[in-house]
Amino acid sequence: MHVLTTIPADPATYLTWGWVSVSVPNLIAILVTVTLFVLAVVLPFPGGHEDAQDES
Amino acid sequence: MTAAPVEGPHAEPPTSWIGRLRTRLEGTLPYEKLLPETQPSYVASWIYVFGVLTLAALAMIVASGAVLAFRGPAWYHVSSTGLFFNSMHFWSVQLFFTFMGVHLVGKFWMAAWRGNRAKTWISGVLAFVVAVGAGLTGYVLQSNFDSQWIAFEAKDGLNALGVGAWFNVANLGQMALIHVFLLPAVIGVVVLVHVLLVRVHGVVPPLEAAKVAEDRAASRAAAEPVPEGVR
Repeated sequence: MHVLTTIPADPATYLTWGWVSVSVPNLIAILVTVTLFVLAVVLPFPGGHEDAQDES
Repeated sequence: MTAAPVEGPHAEPPTSWIGRLRTRLEGTLPYEKLLPETQPSYVASWIYVFGVLTLAALAMIVASGAVLAFRGPAWYHVSSTGLFFNSMHFWSVQLFFTFMGVHLVGKFWMAAWRGNRAKTWISGVLAFVVAVGAGLTGYVLQSNFDSQWIAFEAKDGLNALGVGAWFNVANLGQMALIHVFLLPAVIGVVVLVHVLLVRVHGVVPPLEAAKVAEDRAASRAAAEPVPEGVR
């Protein structure tokens, strides 16, 4: 039963700015998603346009 | 012994619903569209990768979830291997929603419903909504303080909507069956339809690529000589 005692049961830390309240885990998830989106738009795709078929 | 039906363009029209379905599928989704070997050049972009990443995360969820379902909570809450599979299921879900979020936002800003792709967009939204339900039932199934908190917060919301009598988050048996059978089955069907619709209509081009294609078509039409009788 030792393992069960390691399951986290404490509430997460919350950050609050006025009416905005978000837990740190949720904020991390949001920031990771936004970062991934920005990187996916900005970063060049390796080896792009080599084997691809141009529709035009 | 009856003769085999004539194949090819002069074949007899189908007489049964199976034949009509086959003819329709051959027209809308031939093998070249179902299993294409190449994609348009604009697909070579990271933003186009997130659809298939979502599918990969879903495969991990289903595989790890199947192991959890066979061994049960007495195994996955206690043994180290069980905790590993439990964590793999949990983190696959985190990746699934992250990838699906990026996929959704990317397609939204691409206006991915263009070019007769409304059903593809709607099926994607439906998959997202059902996945949220699957996520909620999964969180409730953790059977820890976290799940207790989530269940009793969700209970108030669901009762306010008037569906608490049918969808009761305090009923662990109902949540378990909905989570391991009903919602995975619905998600499987909706995702299959979504992927097939992507195959039928093709991957949506970026707005710039669509504009270039339109301009080229317009200049080609302007350059073509007008037949004598049309003038």
